[in-house]
Amino acid sequence: MSDPVISVENLGKKYLLSHQSGNGEGLRHALERSFTAPARWLASRFRAAAAPPPKAKTEEEFWALRDVSFAVEPGEVVGIIGRNGAGKSTLLKILSRITEPTSGRVRIQGRVASLLEVGTGFHPELTGRENIFLNGAILGMSRAEIRAKFDEIVAFSEVERFLDTPVKRYSSGMYVRLAFSVAAHLEPEILIIDEVLAVGDAQFQKKCLGKMGEVSAKQGRTVLFVSHNMGAVAALCTKAVVLGQGRVIHPCGPTAGAIDHYLANLGAGTLIPLRDRTDREGRGGLRVTGFSLHDPQGNPLSHLISGQPAQLRLHYEAAPGTTSGRITGTCSLYSQGRHVSTLSSDLTGNEFADFPPRGTIRCTVPRLPLAEGGYLANLMIRRNGEIEDWIREGVDLKVENGDFFGTGRSVPATHGGTLIDQEWTVSADQSHDA
Amino acid sequence: MPSSPGLILEAGRGEKHYWRDLWKYRELFYFLAWRDVVIRYKQTVVGVLWALLRPLLTTVVLTVTFSKIARIAAPAGTPYAMIVLAGMLPWTLFSGAFSGGSSSLVGNANLISKVYFPRLILPASAVIVGFVEFLISLVMLALLMAWYGIAPSLRLLTLPLFTVVAIAAAAGPSIWIGALNVRYRDFTQIVPFLLLLGAYLSPVAYTTDHVFANDHLPAAWKFLYALNPMVGVIDGFRWAILGGDFPIRWPTFLLSLAVIAALLIGGIRYFRHTEKTFADVI
Repeated sequence: MSDPVISVENLGKKYLLSHQSGNGEGLRHALERSFTAPARWLASRFRAAAAPPPKAKTEEEFWALRDVSFAVEPGEVVGIIGRNGAGKSTLLKILSRITEPTSGRVRIQGRVASLLEVGTGFHPELTGRENIFLNGAILGMSRAEIRAKFDEIVAFSEVERFLDTPVKRYSSGMYVRLAFSVAAHLEPEILIIDEVLAVGDAQFQKKCLGKMGEVSAKQGRTVLFVSHNMGAVAALCTKAVVLGQGRVIHPCGPTAGAIDHYLANLGAGTLIPLRDRTDREGRGGLRVTGFSLHDPQGNPLSHLISGQPAQLRLHYEAAPGTTSGRITGTCSLYSQGRHVSTLSSDLTGNEFADFPPRGTIRCTVPRLPLAEGGYLANLMIRRNGEIEDWIREGVDLKVENGDFFGTGRSVPATHGGTLIDQEWTVSADQSHDA
Repeated sequence: MPSSPGLILEAGRGEKHYWRDLWKYRELFYFLAWRDVVIRYKQTVVGVLWALLRPLLTTVVLTVTFSKIARIAAPAGTPYAMIVLAGMLPWTLFSGAFSGGSSSLVGNANLISKVYFPRLILPASAVIVGFVEFLISLVMLALLMAWYGIAPSLRLLTLPLFTVVAIAAAAGPSIWIGALNVRYRDFTQIVPFLLLLGAYLSPVAYTTDHVFANDHLPAAWKFLYALNPMVGVIDGFRWAILGGDFPIRWPTFLLSLAVIAALLIGGIRYFRHTEKTFADVI
């Protein structure tokens, strides 16, 4: 066994969460502290033997990563999987030297390039050509390297005609294609990639996955890959490690086992509460504040059962100015990274006018057609057709095995995600040439 | 595997190769400076001419207000506009570099939170942008000297030296306040205010003689005045451009150099001390 190119030992990263609203980090606070420092120093001298000084109650420690260890051998493609808030991004930030660990250490052998975002440093006023050079330099390429690969990058991006147009005039698809093309032509020994493939159209995504697969397979490059797309992880990665709440919950090993472990643990309630989610999109006039499952009588449920009636409730609050319009609720269900189904009052044509400022949008499914397993749901509220709030992977749902077909037999999970009402008959073929 | 010694990341580990790393990233430094110069004049009609027009218009306004309205006396034989321009050039260099440098980290927050590079590149390249504009505005100096028929003397060859001092004067506070700005956005408010005051507290539209030869001012005030590093820099510029009537006061100039060095060293130390937490705080 050769030496690992990346070895992570007992890595930890602590953040201090400030619970004061805003000015705790302000200059005034710092000035006050520096003016009172002598007094506090004196006080601490007198108190030295007694209890330790009381900690400021406005700060709370939060370990984004704790005791994380794993090793990556040269040429491996390792997937890092885990839910939102599992610590994946923090891990990548430490490995890319953007932030420093609080404890533990990492040893890296070789040139690292990290891709935490597509098009980092792209400037809207600059042309495509100019941005290729700027972005290349930001990602760590030398000018000579960029010049040598320039034609290849342009050809890959399919935006030749607009090379001298400022990228602010690009469509978002063109922008992403150009940005990814630069990144795809990086030639580091170690490539660190965050969820960047989640952008762009499906066809281009496939092209990029192909390019990355080629890079790692043919050129023996080591890749660390973070994704929610289990399909991509399964296709690309030779190994995977599962993180949960800042810890390794499944050690680095064969991809299939890691994915199974990840999926089996969906529904274990490790998501960040909806109110605390900061990575939401939309105009913010209404916010999803909660989600709950109920039976038709309104009794809360912890999980759903195949074939049973189910009620999904989307709790929301409107901002003070948001009083008029028509709202709709949407809940898109994902399983193993694939979109399974969409429950949406946009689809059923139920738009709610005169909505209360705090309320609940309810969706009743008479006979749940989902197979046993864990599902993630994107939650969205629209008003007058515009997205007010959109939380990706907002909640997880656990569906238990149930008697969907009314046969007394349950459907094994291995039989696939969606259950469809079906009728089967048999009849004799009529013979024509008899 | 290339036999690289390997990189170790752990808490509180000082960058052993900090300055070598900085050198390795010189191309990024170049690209960032180039970006800032290019985008400044994108979608403008007269483009880079703005770098000439700004000092010209300021010089005209200051000359009229200080010389014609306030009737401040100047050494005979030197056009007041030349006195103002000789002060304007280093002051514009300083204020451009300082305001750019002090906001460079916050302005590039997306880069800081997504890519590694020695962060010192950001304020440094912003300061260089100020220098590029300064080079362009030198055309204004040549034009005005020709207009007034002032022959350049050998002293003009010392101008690069004073330019370096002016850049150093801007770099120190840029680096320091740039780093402070990451945590305390108060500095975004403070910097324009400082620059506005600085334009009056530096001998831009008047000469240091007006201060130091003024018997009404207490000596302590004069000392405080001389602590402003731009006093020495502007004196140097006037001497290099206009000569004998504007001597360099060596005590003042050396004091300026000392203040500049202190700010630069203090700035770099504070910067390196806080650099590692930028991505967490910004």
